[in-house]
Amino acid sequence: MFDLERWQEIFDTIRKNKLRTFLTGLSVASGIFILVILLGFGQGMQNGVAHEFEEDAATSVWVWPGVTSKEFKGLNPGRSIQLKNENYESSLALFGDKIEYKSPRIFVRNVSVNYGKEALVYGIQGVSYDFQFIENANMSEGRFLNYQDEVTTAKVAIIGNKIKRDVFKDLESPLGEYINISGVLFKIVGTYSEREDREEERIYIPITTAQRVFNGGDRINNMSYTLPMEENFDQAVIKATAFKEKLQAHLQKAHTVAPEDTGAIQVWSALEEAKRYYSLIGNIKFFFWFVGICTIIAGVVGVSNIMLIVVKERTREIGIRKALGAKPWSIVGMILQESIFVTAISGFAGLIFSMGLLEIVGPYVEVDYILNPSVNFNVALSTVLVLIFAGAVAGFFPAWRAASIHTIDALRDE
Amino acid sequence: MIEIKDLHKSYKMGSNALHVLKGINFTVEEGELVAIMGSSGSGKSTLLNILGMLDVADSGEYTLDGVPIKNLNETKAANYRNKFLGFVFQSFNLINYKSALENVALPLYYQRVPRKERQARALKYLEQVGLKEWATHLPSELSGGQNQRVAIARAMASEPKVLLADEPTGALDSTTSYEVMDLIQKINDQGNTILVVTHEDDIAHMCKRIVYLKDGVIVEDKKVKQVRASEYV
Repeated sequence: MFDLERWQEIFDTIRKNKLRTFLTGLSVASGIFILVILLGFGQGMQNGVAHEFEEDAATSVWVWPGVTSKEFKGLNPGRSIQLKNENYESSLALFGDKIEYKSPRIFVRNVSVNYGKEALVYGIQGVSYDFQFIENANMSEGRFLNYQDEVTTAKVAIIGNKIKRDVFKDLESPLGEYINISGVLFKIVGTYSEREDREEERIYIPITTAQRVFNGGDRINNMSYTLPMEENFDQAVIKATAFKEKLQAHLQKAHTVAPEDTGAIQVWSALEEAKRYYSLIGNIKFFFWFVGICTIIAGVVGVSNIMLIVVKERTREIGIRKALGAKPWSIVGMILQESIFVTAISGFAGLIFSMGLLEIVGPYVEVDYILNPSVNFNVALSTVLVLIFAGAVAGFFPAWRAASIHTIDALRDE
Repeated sequence: MIEIKDLHKSYKMGSNALHVLKGINFTVEEGELVAIMGSSGSGKSTLLNILGMLDVADSGEYTLDGVPIKNLNETKAANYRNKFLGFVFQSFNLINYKSALENVALPLYYQRVPRKERQARALKYLEQVGLKEWATHLPSELSGGQNQRVAIARAMASEPKVLLADEPTGALDSTTSYEVMDLIQKINDQGNTILVVTHEDDIAHMCKRIVYLKDGVIVEDKKVKQVRASEYV
C-alpha cells in the first residue's frame, strides 16, 4: 500500500487511461452527490417543519367556533356558535390545573384607527395578558398587557414592530404615543416582534376594554391555551390530545352540540399537528434514504461493471505482466489499489462538492417547510467508505479471476 | 543450461486426450542458439511454453541452470520467469499504453529495481537494438520490426539466462525478419543462450543448431553452419 514504485505504476496507468478513470469516477461521484443532496433536503424539511411550529408555543391548544352540521336535541343544523366569557371561565374552572397559559381573544371590527391624520389599517385584537406567551411574541420595547390593564379596562395598546416601522419610523420610540380607535385614545405601551411580518401587523388591547368600549358584550372569538412542557414528546402529545377532547366535549355540552359534530367547535392542538407532520417527515426521510441507498447500489453496480470491463480489457496486459514475472497477488493488488484510489478520490470529490453546495446554497433556500438543508458529515463519510469498500469487493473477484487465468491463455486473449 | 528428460504433455479435448509431447529428451548448453522446427501441431510451441514455465508438463524432469523446476505454483513460476527467462512473442505483446522505454523497463519493475536505474538500463537496451530515439513512442507509433526489437530489448533487460523466442519473425516480412535475426545473432554472440521456435527454414539456418519435432518427438537434432543474417540486410 505504501510502496512508492507501485503508486508510480498506478499513476502511469491512470494517466494513460483517462477516459476509463473518468467514467469510473463519475459514476461514484454522482452517486454520492445525489445521496448527499437527498439527505440534505430531508434534513431541510425537518428543519423547516420544526421552524413553522416554533411560531406559536409548541404546546398550544386553540378553540375556534364554527357552524353546526347536525340536528341535536331539537336544534336545527346550520346554527353559528358564539363563544362567551362564561365558556372561557368554565374551562378554566374545569381544567385550570392542567393549563399553563390561557387567553381569550376578540377581533375588534368596524372601527377606524388613526394616528394623527394617518389612517391605519391594522387588525385590533382584544386579548388577555398571557397571550404573549401563547403567540411567542418577543417584547422589543415597553411591556405587554398586564392584569392591572384588564381589571381597570385601561386604554393601552401593544403594536407589532412592522407597524412601528411603517407608521412610527420618524420617531425614536412609539411608546407614549396615542392612537385613536373610533374616537377613543389608546396609549402605546409596548412593541413586539414575531417570526413573520403578518403577525407583527396587529394591535393588541386588553380584552375587557375591547368588550366594553366596542360593544363586545361578553362575546369572544376564540380561546387559546398552552399546556406545561413535558420531557417526553409522545407523552406530551397524549396529554394534549386528552385535554383537547375533554375541552371539546365540555364546550359541545355547553352549546348543545352533537358530540360527533366536531366542526361546530373546533379544537386544534399544535402538538397533535406536529406529531402528524413529524411522522410525515419521518416517512419522507425514509423515502429519501431508500432512494439514496438505491442510488448507492446503482453506483456500486456501475463501479463493478466498469471493473469487470476494465479487467476483461486488461486480460492480455495481465498475461504480459505475468510472463515478465508479475506474481498473481501483485496483479490483484495493482488493480484493486487503482480502483480503490479512483473510487476514493471521486467519492470524496462528490462528497465535498455536494456538501459545499449545501453549505453555500442551503441558507438561501426560501421555500415553506424547507429550511437550511444540511447533512450529517459522518453519515455522508460512511456512505463514501461503504461505496469504496463495495467497489473494492466488486473489483476483487474479476481481478482475482484474471490473475489466475493461465498466462498463455491470457496472452492469446484479443 | 537446459536439461529435459522424458517430457510428456497431453491436453484433454473432451473425452479423448491429445498427446502433444511424447517423451522429449534434450539439453542446451550455455551460449547456444537453437532453432526448434516443425509443422504446426508438432508440439514445438507447447515445448517452448513448458520451458518458459507458462505451462506445466505432465511428467518428466526439467532443470534450468542447475535448478530443478518442479512443483510450480503461479508465484514460484513468476519468480523463475523473472529471474531466468526472457520472452519474445510472435505478436510482440507490448503493453499498448506504455512507451517503448516503459515497456522495456517493466520486467525490471518486477525485479524491484528503482525507477531511475530501471529507466537508465532500459534506455541502454533500447540503444542496443537501435531504438534510442524512439524511446518515448507508443507501440502503435512503431513499425512491426521496431516493435519486435522493443520486445527483444525488453526480454534482454532483465538479463535472463535463456531467451525464448516463439516465432519472432512470424508477423514480419523477410527483410525485417532478417534484421530481427541479425539482432538475435548479435545477442547470441555476446554469450546469451537463445531458443527460437520457427517453421521457416531460412530463419532456422541462421541458428547454430536445429531440432526437428514431429508428432511430439524429436526426429532430428543437428548442428548447422550458421548463416549470418547481416549478409541479407
